[in-house]
Amino acid sequence: MLHATNLTVSLGSRTILQDVSFTAQAGQLTAIVGPNGSGKSTLLRALTGELPCIRGTVTLNGADIASTHPARLAAMRAVLPQSTPLAFPFLAGEVVGLGGRAQGLADRALAAVGLAGFGGRFYQELSGGEQQRVQLARVLAQVWGSAGPTDTPRWLLLDEPVSSLDIGHQLLVMNLARAFADAGGGVVAVMHDLNLTAMFADQVALISKGRITGAGAPPAILTDALLSQAYDCSITVNTAPRDGTFVLPHLSLPGVSAGPSR
Amino acid sequence: MAWVLPALQIAPHWDRSHRARRVFAALWLLLAVMAALSLATGASGVSVPRLAADWLAGNSLPLREQVVLFDIRLPRLCMGILVGAALAVSGALMQGLFRNPLADPGLVGVGAGASLGAVLAIVLGGALPAGLASLLSQHLVPFAAFLGSWIATLVLYAVSSRQGRTSVATMLLAGIAFASLAMAATGILIFVADDQQLRDLTFWGMGSLGGASWHKITVAAPLILPILVLSPLLARGLNALALGEAAALHAGVKVERLKTLTILCVAAATGAAVAIAGGIGFIGIVVPHLLRLGTGPDHRFLLPNAALLGASLLIGADIIARLIVAPAELPIGIITALLGAPVFLVILLRSRGMLDL
Repeated sequence: MLHATNLTVSLGSRTILQDVSFTAQAGQLTAIVGPNGSGKSTLLRALTGELPCIRGTVTLNGADIASTHPARLAAMRAVLPQSTPLAFPFLAGEVVGLGGRAQGLADRALAAVGLAGFGGRFYQELSGGEQQRVQLARVLAQVWGSAGPTDTPRWLLLDEPVSSLDIGHQLLVMNLARAFADAGGGVVAVMHDLNLTAMFADQVALISKGRITGAGAPPAILTDALLSQAYDCSITVNTAPRDGTFVLPHLSLPGVSAGPSR
Repeated sequence: MAWVLPALQIAPHWDRSHRARRVFAALWLLLAVMAALSLATGASGVSVPRLAADWLAGNSLPLREQVVLFDIRLPRLCMGILVGAALAVSGALMQGLFRNPLADPGLVGVGAGASLGAVLAIVLGGALPAGLASLLSQHLVPFAAFLGSWIATLVLYAVSSRQGRTSVATMLLAGIAFASLAMAATGILIFVADDQQLRDLTFWGMGSLGGASWHKITVAAPLILPILVLSPLLARGLNALALGEAAALHAGVKVERLKTLTILCVAAATGAAVAIAGGIGFIGIVVPHLLRLGTGPDHRFLLPNAALLGASLLIGADIIARLIVAPAELPIGIITALLGAPVFLVILLRSRGMLDL
């Protein structure tokens, strides 16, 4: 379980998160949604231990992250940042192994994110969406390759994992996260796309102006009232019509799995 | 469970580590060849092959040849190896720390900081209390150089790094400011220096291996050798740091400790090199750049290979410096700048888009 109690986080003189409590269960995909500047990414960064909290604690699988060695945390969870510029001419396959000890997983992790055969390409020469997926492969390789007790769940913390992806790859990545959760791991994802959130999330935390304004299953949170209030505009929640043109992603994509096949 | 993986590991086709290992072996060979050439080169006309034949025939070496070989050329060679390796490894470490291929101790003011420390020690060292002065004795100048480069690196990192990202423009501009400041301070010190101190100071203006002695080597080697041997321990952390400080932390690296150790290593190696050989530029930028082109930026291979190539390159530059205007010699800094400045410009041109300048 990933559990945060009464988090207060400030950046400079501004208080970004005020008294936020948050819980995510292993085996579930928990989405954090909210408008720009509401504190979604800050909450994720506090959950990873990257940002120090003024008040409150975060525990991961029962361990207080503030006092846990980075290497032990890295064995339990991997974090996908929003964007990752690289200064040196690494190959995509080398990026997947960066910082980790499991060099042999690179090709399999790349295949899992739809980049089979990209191992020998220079990271800088890939498109933004491809770079984002290479980073996802690196994050997957980190949780796959980490040594440690196999009975404690591994976690993926994803900051807008589909932000620069086309619709097909959005579904591929979300299905990957879904399958990871179905296999017993925990996934926490900051999401912009409310439709994808509705399709894939088990739990949604709605955050607005640094406070959690709703947490629970998607039908309970993704409502006209809560969303309109949080995003400060009129939002109507609906289901897709049966006839007429309506572009919306579909749930199933064949041939996607969260882990390497055995 | 999906996150557990069998230990099956086959090197993928794009793996560059085999090439890096072959380059490592080839660089040892290159170093041996350059070392032999360096011993055989010099103004005195001592012929090493003839001496070797003589020695193998059982004759003892004439005194003059002994002095030339063991008191002039050999210390010069050892100093070249130490300084070249130290500069190249500090360059590679610093570039890893700043996540930038243009960070070079000589260019961004760390060398200038070391020089200022050394000059301060030379000019004002006499004013130290006698007890302290005798305690530090011959270590005073290298220690001051280390202190100068350490402070310069710390301040530079604080100035040019924000939220785990390094701004190249800020780094290079801050380096210019540092270098100017250090030069101004050095100028003031030169103004107040006496004749003997002036003669010592001239040496700092342009780097040289000419003043090589076993004494200098015993002063610098204890600082440089441990760094050469231990720096590969930082490699995994520096690789992760290429992703940014936050991502490195998430990958399990103790980022603050890594940064502190790297800054200490850069400061000690640069300080020691500048203390015995003066400011020799561009080795720290040329060597890692060439190696990255050939075998990639993985620090596990980059750091040891940089030490070997840096040593070979500096010895090579020294041979040229001694031959080109023999029996006089050119300051070695001129040769390394001639080789290095174009490389610097090429990197700058190639990465203009990335650098956001």
